[in-house]
Amino acid sequence: MALALQQLINGLALGAVYGLIAVGYTMVYGIIGMINFAHGDVYMVGAFIAVTGFTLLAAFGVSSVPFALLLVLAVAVLFTSVYGWAVERLAYRPLRGSSRLAPLISAIGMSIFLQNMVQLTQGARVKPVPPMITGGVDLLTIDGFTARLSYSQVLIVLVTAVLLVAFTWLITRTSFGRQQRACEQDRTMTALLGIDVDRTISLTFMLGAALAAVAGVLVTIYYGVVDFYIGFIAGIKAFTAAVLGGIGSLPGAMLGGLLIGMIEAFWSNYLSAEYKDVATFSILILVLMFRPSGLLGRPEVEKV
Amino acid sequence: MPPLVSVGDAPTLVERGRDAAGIALIALLLGIPMIGLSTVDQSGALRVLTRWPLLGVFVAVAFCGRLLLRYALDRLKSRLRTRGRQAAAASARHGRVLTAVGWLAFALALVLPLVFADNRYVVDIATTVLIYVMLGWGLNVVVGLAGLLDLGHAAFYAVGAYAYALLATQFGWSFWAALPVAGLIAAVFGLALGWPCLRLRGDYLAIVTLGFGEIIRVVLVNWTELSGGPNGISSIPRPSFFGLPFAPSGNAPTFASSFGLEFSPMHRLIFLYYVILALSLLTNALVARLRRLPVGRAWEAMREDEIACRALGMNVTNVKLSAFALGAMLGGVAGVFFAARQGFISPESFTFNESAIILAIVVLGGMGSQLGVVLASLVLVLIPELGRDFSEYRMLLFGAAMILIMIWRPGGILAHREPTLRHAAAGGGHA
Repeated sequence: MALALQQLINGLALGAVYGLIAVGYTMVYGIIGMINFAHGDVYMVGAFIAVTGFTLLAAFGVSSVPFALLLVLAVAVLFTSVYGWAVERLAYRPLRGSSRLAPLISAIGMSIFLQNMVQLTQGARVKPVPPMITGGVDLLTIDGFTARLSYSQVLIVLVTAVLLVAFTWLITRTSFGRQQRACEQDRTMTALLGIDVDRTISLTFMLGAALAAVAGVLVTIYYGVVDFYIGFIAGIKAFTAAVLGGIGSLPGAMLGGLLIGMIEAFWSNYLSAEYKDVATFSILILVLMFRPSGLLGRPEVEKV
Repeated sequence: MPPLVSVGDAPTLVERGRDAAGIALIALLLGIPMIGLSTVDQSGALRVLTRWPLLGVFVAVAFCGRLLLRYALDRLKSRLRTRGRQAAAASARHGRVLTAVGWLAFALALVLPLVFADNRYVVDIATTVLIYVMLGWGLNVVVGLAGLLDLGHAAFYAVGAYAYALLATQFGWSFWAALPVAGLIAAVFGLALGWPCLRLRGDYLAIVTLGFGEIIRVVLVNWTELSGGPNGISSIPRPSFFGLPFAPSGNAPTFASSFGLEFSPMHRLIFLYYVILALSLLTNALVARLRRLPVGRAWEAMREDEIACRALGMNVTNVKLSAFALGAMLGGVAGVFFAARQGFISPESFTFNESAIILAIVVLGGMGSQLGVVLASLVLVLIPELGRDFSEYRMLLFGAAMILIMIWRPGGILAHREPTLRHAAAGGGHA
């Protein structure tokens, strides 16, 4: 029981991170209808910026954790969204209107490029970050096992919840959100109505990158280790989450992320840690077989 | 947003400067966290290093690069406007030129090992190129002809390689006996993957195939009793020349002694080269034939419009499964060859990067174009090889090249996607 509760907490924290990355996938998919393959690596860039930021602040002797956290979040969001912008501008915009496969290939190229650029400029070794937020609350002890909710997990879930609310507001209530949804439905018509489609798409990429940067900062705090390869596997998992929840749907992405996080946590604890990725993908395949539009997605009507 | 009416005037120097300054600012923002700052591990704790001069160089290069690029693009655009018409006439000759280039490439491939008989490096690279050609042709059936986006082709490559490695090391099978069997095993895996994917389209299919590729790799890493885990399988027997091994002369007859030649390790390399050349030519002939059979027509029809195919009473299930099975089988055969050539395999060789490279070969070459696959394999194998002198940068260059080639030619190097049927009818033959 205590063990199950612990896995639930761990899964929730992990799932929140996947969910944050998945929102970026799902928004980009919604607006231009394709997988942003480099998104996982944008998240990795965000995590590296967080590492540099925390190290710099430590060097300057900043010891206030909330201040450091806010500052690093802001800096990581700023720089990473520039990366998001650049990825769209270089790898996607020139290919808008060509076949579906061309942007996918350039995105894979971009992913390889970003990974190797970070490996070259930041080094291939794992970066350890000293734990900043320690401690937690003991919730339940049964048979000598204590389920523990650490403060960093609380932070992850809180930040994610706040961002999700802010995001839902942004998409459903603001002028930008309306423009963004209009572009999803019909880009030509939106352009005719005087909305700058290119700018909206760029902003969507930047927002996705900003969320990925937040995920990167949170992961840096939570796990304390970052390397240039974390983007690939997290990217695939987050994309799986986006598909599982129903691609194009914001709550779906979050739900998918949480589910994937839980599945991973429970599977690696009760069955086998080595095969946790197999579990994730098998469940993805099963969901797609029986519910191809995902859990919260609208079924797509095929037109001739 | 581009202006609706394009003005013929060239931009002034100030405008160009402002444009380049904008790019330089972006470069600065991109560069600060990655180039300007870096963290190093010093006795367990991280320390920040600054590299401002390098960042300055980077920004300056971005500024000048943008100025030059803009200038070159403007020049090119005005020249293209005057020349646009001539291009249309040229494409008519396209087909015949390609056929000629194909035969030329074939002739070059035949004589290459004879010319470079003492250059181990060249023969090795050529063999690698041919492995990718074979993999590309296999995937081309799935992606280029049937239009099914497959991001996990390396899984079938792995299945073929491990099937041969296990058959050879555990049961003592020879290369030639294992080749078709391993191909069939890979085809069965192709069916196993294809079956759950029948209802999926486009990107969903891509992610499921990607997941499948990862599942195979994870199983290979963790199922140590079967696959040797991360250590892989070593001392896989090499193929022999119809029973004659490539070895220094001993008691048993060897290739060198039977033909009265001086033993040379190059013999085996050249033999391997011809084996993969023969295998890939066989693949090419097979695919070319299949394209003219009902099943090949069905693949291309399904690529163009699946709903229409269904409406016409085609069994889309069988069409999809046959494409997956054939693509997987060809990938498996390439895997057998890879295992036999290397003598050692491990899951490292079958990562997602491998799948991405194979897909890149198909798409960069121009989907459905057999010759395009050859060109793209050459480009993608040679770029990292040419970059060997500055080897840390080779994958960086590889990624950049993928982006640039796609921007330059979004349809692939040899971009023309023509259904075979119309092609044959236009040539006056019987369809």
